[in-house]
Amino acid sequence: MLKDITIGQFFPGNSIIHRMDSRFKIVLDILYVVMLFVADNFISLTIAGIFILMAYAVSGIKPIMMVKSLKPLLPLILFTAILNLFFINGTEEPLFKWWVITIYWEGISTAIFMIVRIICLIIGMSLLTYTTSPIVLTDAIERLLSPLKKIKLPVHELAMMMTIALRFIPTLIEETDKIMSAQKARGAELDTGGLLKRAKALVPILIPLFVSAFKRANELAMAMECRCYKGGDGRTKLRQLKASGLDYMVSLLMITVFGFIIVDNMVF
Amino acid sequence: MNAVETKNLTYKYSVGTPFETTAVDDISVTIEQGEFVGVIGHTGSGKSTLIQHLNGLLKQTSGEVFINGRNIWDKDVNIRDIRFEAGLVFQYSEYQLFEETVYKDIAFGPKNMGLSDEEIDKRVKKAAEQMGLNEELLERSPFDLSGGQKRRVALAGVIAMEPKILILDEPAAGLDPAGRDKVLEEISSYHKNSETTILLVSHSMEDIVKYAKKVLVMNKGKLFCYEDVDTVFSMSEELKNIGLDIPQISKLAHLLKQKGIDIGNDIYTVERAKERLLKIIKGNTDA
Repeated sequence: MLKDITIGQFFPGNSIIHRMDSRFKIVLDILYVVMLFVADNFISLTIAGIFILMAYAVSGIKPIMMVKSLKPLLPLILFTAILNLFFINGTEEPLFKWWVITIYWEGISTAIFMIVRIICLIIGMSLLTYTTSPIVLTDAIERLLSPLKKIKLPVHELAMMMTIALRFIPTLIEETDKIMSAQKARGAELDTGGLLKRAKALVPILIPLFVSAFKRANELAMAMECRCYKGGDGRTKLRQLKASGLDYMVSLLMITVFGFIIVDNMVF
Repeated sequence: MNAVETKNLTYKYSVGTPFETTAVDDISVTIEQGEFVGVIGHTGSGKSTLIQHLNGLLKQTSGEVFINGRNIWDKDVNIRDIRFEAGLVFQYSEYQLFEETVYKDIAFGPKNMGLSDEEIDKRVKKAAEQMGLNEELLERSPFDLSGGQKRRVALAGVIAMEPKILILDEPAAGLDPAGRDKVLEEISSYHKNSETTILLVSHSMEDIVKYAKKVLVMNKGKLFCYEDVDTVFSMSEELKNIGLDIPQISKLAHLLKQKGIDIGNDIYTVERAKERLLKIIKGNTDA
């Protein structure tokens, strides 16, 4: 159950996407999301869809991973689709009418449009985490946000917090597993009973988990101080982020596609 | 009656993936009621995986597990009953403490058994006493106690369920020498008073020799042997080959033998070594 969590899952590789500068990847990913929302007809959305599928093909990430990334958000996708299906009013005759439910052709097409858009959005974002290690990712976020230092935003500290949080996800999962086993050995029932009973059954798990998380945080802080950690000022990096020709090429491709979609929107 | 019996017990991790590994490989062993068994093996030899099968926390890939004669995965067996029958204390068990008071924490297990309040009260006090915890400690928060005390509270929490089989995974790990001795002494006296079957996983050969009657040796997921203490520690060469140590006093006896003083191959307690040495010294003065 706990092993199914895919947050920050990273598949090492050596594809073009893997080799790209992570700053470019983040910016282009955001641009892609904007593009998805700019696209307002099926032709431009199809172009955007093909674009991300091609990116997956190039990256060498298994297609099954796309499905896996969609799984947790399936309820959201269905909810959006159903809302659009029932609440969009068309100009022509309704296709289907029963009691308070009326479905128009426009409703169906908008629902499909929305589903495709959300799917592209999710798999697009997943591609970023699939091909970028969490450490490099936070590094890039730190660099991208560094202009905000001017307005006294603690950018380095935020990035460090993210790195530490990501680092400790597997540790905490393992710990949770251990505590659950220990309480089960004392006869705790975790997966039976009503909602209230289940919520109560979590107390023996959560309290030890919090206690040890605080203890771990304390130890980590101590260890960092022992190694003279004093924030980001004057700190050098082992891995320097460097933009290459590849990054500019991919950016150019992306901008071309974006431009095409804008033109497409104006024409149709 | 046999307290614990496994038949061809096998457990594999991540079946069907490239990461598939066999943690426990075809183990058939029978442990009799009232036995004090030491479980030893190199890190990663499958000890912890094995013991988690004995109360049904893990389900075997193939094979069978019997606790007090009952197949624990039979349809009409409630797995929770098995967990009350075979109490398992994990490594660093103090991390499982969560209640406001020591009393409430020890009462968690018995409460889950659905016992009456008087019975719970009786058991909590008895378990606390058996683990050498003062009555005044019972109303304190478990988080305010020392490491050794916390460990004993966690042990009392399992002992209060009065399991017929008590399985302990390194109960003394990480404690100072005084804390170690105290915890192990309490377990040993509990064993003598209640005739509970005990499985003690430990890395300390001295502890095993001191408390256990029989020893179960694991190697790379397989059962290496299950024999009495004498037989196991006379195989010092074989033990070394599978990455296990022998008691320090046995090493000393080997060194003495190399120097020409043979006090026998069955030395693994200081008492026996002393006895033999005295005999040799006396023999020399007599001559």
